[in-house]
Amino acid sequence: MTNENNSVTTKKVPSIYPAKTKIQVTVIFFVVLGIYLFSMTWTQQQMVGGFSGAFQNVFQVIEKFFPPNTAVISAIWGPMVETIQMAIIATTVAAILTVPLALLAAQNVTTFKPLYYITRTFLNLLRTIPDLVLAVIFVGLFGIGLFPGILALIIFSLGILAKLISETIESVDMNPLEAMRASGGNVLQVIWYALIPQVLPQFTSLVLYVFEINIRASVVLGLVGAGGIGLILNQQLGFYNYPNAMMIIILIFVVVIVIEYISTKIREALL
Amino acid sequence: MKHYSLPPKPKNSAFKKIRNIGITILVVAMYVWTFLSINIDWGRAIERAANNFSRVIPRLFSPDWAATSDVAMSMLETVFIAFAGSLMAAVIAVPLAFLAARNMMGGVIASTIGKWILSAVRAFPDIILAILFVVAVGPNAFAGVLAIAIGSTGMLGKMFSEIIESIDMNVVEAMEASGANKLQILFYGVLPQITPEFLSYAIYRFEVDIRASSILGIVGAGGIGTMIIFASSNRNWNEMGTILLAIIIVVTIIDFASARIRRKIV
Repeated sequence: MTNENNSVTTKKVPSIYPAKTKIQVTVIFFVVLGIYLFSMTWTQQQMVGGFSGAFQNVFQVIEKFFPPNTAVISAIWGPMVETIQMAIIATTVAAILTVPLALLAAQNVTTFKPLYYITRTFLNLLRTIPDLVLAVIFVGLFGIGLFPGILALIIFSLGILAKLISETIESVDMNPLEAMRASGGNVLQVIWYALIPQVLPQFTSLVLYVFEINIRASVVLGLVGAGGIGLILNQQLGFYNYPNAMMIIILIFVVVIVIEYISTKIREALL
Repeated sequence: MKHYSLPPKPKNSAFKKIRNIGITILVVAMYVWTFLSINIDWGRAIERAANNFSRVIPRLFSPDWAATSDVAMSMLETVFIAFAGSLMAAVIAVPLAFLAARNMMGGVIASTIGKWILSAVRAFPDIILAILFVVAVGPNAFAGVLAIAIGSTGMLGKMFSEIIESIDMNVVEAMEASGANKLQILFYGVLPQITPEFLSYAIYRFEVDIRASSILGIVGAGGIGTMIIFASSNRNWNEMGTILLAIIIVVTIIDFASARIRRKIV
């Protein structure tokens, strides 16, 4: 009797999670923590002065970079505009080229399976290459200038845009298409009256989204010689002229924020 | 026989017409301005390409296998940079996300401040942050870790705050009504709802960060980018081919693994 009473009072509230999940989560937690600590020591091994020394330097940096030299703004405005134009051209060309690719990569349009898989794989490969690496290769090929930058942006954004748009096409309501086909519409009519009205708002929204990405990418392309404001930034950093560099960074910051704000507002109005 | 006719077309209002015309004019003006003012030296680009083509493209496709071990080590460093950076960002982003979520800290002011901090952080491209951190902590991989950490915090914080805003508040209210304190509500009401999606986004961000950290070395922040910049300035396109191959393989593997894990979590 007393025994039973004891067992009742000492009985714990059962956990809602099974023991197996608990062990799994604990193991995963420690593995992640272990890799993290290893990465931290690995990445800090070449650092002079260690972790604490680094954070004392931060104040030195602020001293070096501030105050930004506002006098250079008139000189850097031209390259900044050029950077935006690079992004505009690249986004436009990518938006045109993406249409056939997106159609080929959409499972409900391209019913021929091998073609669908080939396009998918091609797009996946395209997306693995970072924009700056493409720029480095194109600069090697075409020399320093705007053209390699624009080309790098086109190829980089093509991968993203075609994937996003093909997913949009895959998610359209197929009923209107079938209804139109059943009532005798030809292929072009079906695409024009049933597919495009469903896809167009998302298409525009995604193109604007990719334009935002391209603006961010284009400001740094110049670091490898592919034109735009990054070229000037790289020069100023090379001269250790940090106040000028800070002004360029602030200008980039402002332009990116303004363009993203406008683009977000348009996209909200579209969808 | 009945005669069928097309249904009447929906009439556009005058406002809509004027708006559409305005948008068209703006877009056309933008393109005219762009194409008139940009100057690309086509002649030089084509001449250069004709000269360089045989020196660059075929060599990209015949990777330099002798550099494999160096490239593998750099790529490993890149993965470590991305891992440490994303994990740091995932931890920093949580308090910021709670600050920015409208239904948590209470008050529109806190939420607005949080959202402003996050979008300000997001506006800096990773590589610009890397430039700043290279000057601060020296040209090493840790500068890359910091750049990735800060750069990812903006996006993760935004995603996390949207997840928090979309949770089922009925649970929280029920707990409040039955007398749970703030900490209990957080642990039993909020966290179970958000943890899977938080993890999913953190892992997705790791995918993005692998790509980002592979180029940080261009400004001296460690990883495989350092090799990219050396290979391009030495015109060593065979080595560039190896690097490209390494990036493609690693990114593909991590994308695949991450997609599998995320599908399991959510």
